[in-house]
Amino acid sequence: MEKKILLKLFSALYKIRFTEEEISRRYNKGKMRCPIHLSTGQEAIAASLSLIMRKKDFAVSSHRAHAHYLSKGGSLKKMLAEIYGKETGCSKGKGGSMHLIDTSVNFMGSTAIVGNTIPVGVGLGLSSLIKKKNQFSFIFFGDGAIEEGVFYESVNFAILKKLPVIFICENNFYSVYSHLKKRQPENRKIYKMVNSMLIKSYFSNSFDPYYLYKFLKNKINLKNTKSGPYFFEFTNYRWREHCGPNFDNNLEYRDKKDYNNWINKDPLIVLEKKINLLKLKNLSIIKKKIETSVLSAFQFAEKSKFPKKSEALKGVYAK
Amino acid sequence: MPNKIITFAESVNEALIYSLKKDKNMICYGLGTTDPKNIFSTTKNLESLFGSDRIFDVPTSENALTGISIGAALNKVRSVVSHQRVDFALLAMDQIINSAAKWHYMFGSNSSVPITIRLIIGRGWGQGPTHSQSLQSLFVNIPGLKVVVPSNPQNCYDLLVASIFDPNPVIFIEHRWLHNISSKVIKKKKYNLNQNTLKILSKGKDLTIVSMSFATVESLHVVNKLKEEGIYCELIDINVLKPLKYEKIINSVKKTGRLLVIDTDTNICGFGSEIISVISQKIFKYLKKSPIKLAMPDVPVPTSYGLTKDFYYSKNEIIKKIKILIDCKKILLAESFFKKQKGFHDVPGTWFNGPF
Repeated sequence: MEKKILLKLFSALYKIRFTEEEISRRYNKGKMRCPIHLSTGQEAIAASLSLIMRKKDFAVSSHRAHAHYLSKGGSLKKMLAEIYGKETGCSKGKGGSMHLIDTSVNFMGSTAIVGNTIPVGVGLGLSSLIKKKNQFSFIFFGDGAIEEGVFYESVNFAILKKLPVIFICENNFYSVYSHLKKRQPENRKIYKMVNSMLIKSYFSNSFDPYYLYKFLKNKINLKNTKSGPYFFEFTNYRWREHCGPNFDNNLEYRDKKDYNNWINKDPLIVLEKKINLLKLKNLSIIKKKIETSVLSAFQFAEKSKFPKKSEALKGVYAK
Repeated sequence: MPNKIITFAESVNEALIYSLKKDKNMICYGLGTTDPKNIFSTTKNLESLFGSDRIFDVPTSENALTGISIGAALNKVRSVVSHQRVDFALLAMDQIINSAAKWHYMFGSNSSVPITIRLIIGRGWGQGPTHSQSLQSLFVNIPGLKVVVPSNPQNCYDLLVASIFDPNPVIFIEHRWLHNISSKVIKKKKYNLNQNTLKILSKGKDLTIVSMSFATVESLHVVNKLKEEGIYCELIDINVLKPLKYEKIINSVKKTGRLLVIDTDTNICGFGSEIISVISQKIFKYLKKSPIKLAMPDVPVPTSYGLTKDFYYSKNEIIKKIKILIDCKKILLAESFFKKQKGFHDVPGTWFNGPF
């Protein structure tokens, strides 16, 4: 059991890592002509949740959504084609990297305004209640969203109606270049503050994906629709720049020590070490398999056509 | 269904009841929905008929509650969200403009957002700067929204049902001074927002008046009075500001060559300006006179009884504009008729005791 889970976690995490890094490698060729917000270094949370979220559950996310979309089972081909602006993209080229959707796995959308999908996720939770279905709604957002009024409005409503909603705050300490300490009082813990609103609220770092998985499994009871809502704060760290394919340590807005500390605790390496200790399969075979499928998805995206120009004026209203 | 005489507020209520019966997953909420006043009686009895899971009062969280309606809509749960003032909905602009309006387009038509947002325009009794704005033009300016402005119980009923079952986000604007107006309402079997965009309320050859919402009520009084003096205005009541089909307006102005647009919104970049712009671009050569627009000044609405005295245009101001358009210099009986009308200017009638 443990072995199986470790390998699943590794596959999920490596798929995200390799995809993000391949985007980074190819981005400067100028074929992906939209802003990108990479999750490199932050994948552990999405990877762990990929083993927790059921297909029937809903998920929504924000501008940095590649990892969440993939962890929910969203089509990689369609995601890459969307970033390339192609007609085969998940949003037919109308959304780009910041507007991902795959309704076939109930990934209901990611948007580009901080905090914007938090109430949307709560509404999905409300719809489960109205339809009397056991479907939880997972809402991904960052530490910046905690500063938006709509966050409090949404949490309050979810608590009031006891909705099957799981709020997941990925605290990477930065809103673009602005550190948390410039934005929130230094001694305040996000999860503690949110807990005072009377919601089950938990905290963990995200160095060890296996620990994280067990932690989540232990805390979340998806069998009981009335067990929600939940709030989780996870600390993690973005390796690359806020928006774009590069590293940005030259800007010197982040502490070098901090940076190295996080890089040295790479969740992928942590997982790899664990798996090697158990003398499991040769990981390089698994890696190679993932790399091949990711590269073929890139090929699909690059070979796909742009939508017809006339499509720009269509699809404003649903019929 | 029997065709009885009901008020505009009752027509909202009956349209909601009809829709909630038809769609068992539909929900209806907003501040005051289940309170003793029931949003000017428009949500009366809903909770007892349909239960508190579907009909509920809410926290004062306009933005989140709009986002919540979007999320519910993504799982095919339709919402009617009511705001007692259009001004309160300004707190929800991120969800209305960035999400609801764009969702269908920006996600490549993968999903749609069937929500109806009821916004009530206040007027009079010192409602003042932030309780009596007419912001329809602002919403019309956003691609992806539909904007509906009923003017009587019949079209209110038809349009509200059509809005609720439309697969798009609809901004449904009710003027508070319309709520007590009553008329016979005939109920149909099918409702479609695309078919009821405007209605010619009065046929005429002398000039075309285009109006909406409460301005249509005022225009109708004027048009009927002028008929007694042989002046025949063609009155076009616009019910769906967006998307609007212009053919009937174009045909009318082709016939009359004279156009008066009456808007309840402000003068600058308003919907009235858009009508004149379209007409001028499309059929300039048919115009016998420069079109005229009557709208609110580009000023916040003041509060004091003294300051609001002549702030809103009067029926005689409408007549004044008509006279310019039809080159009429004589004093009309209608002018003295409306001049003699007494009463307070800040209520729709002496019978009106609020709630405001």
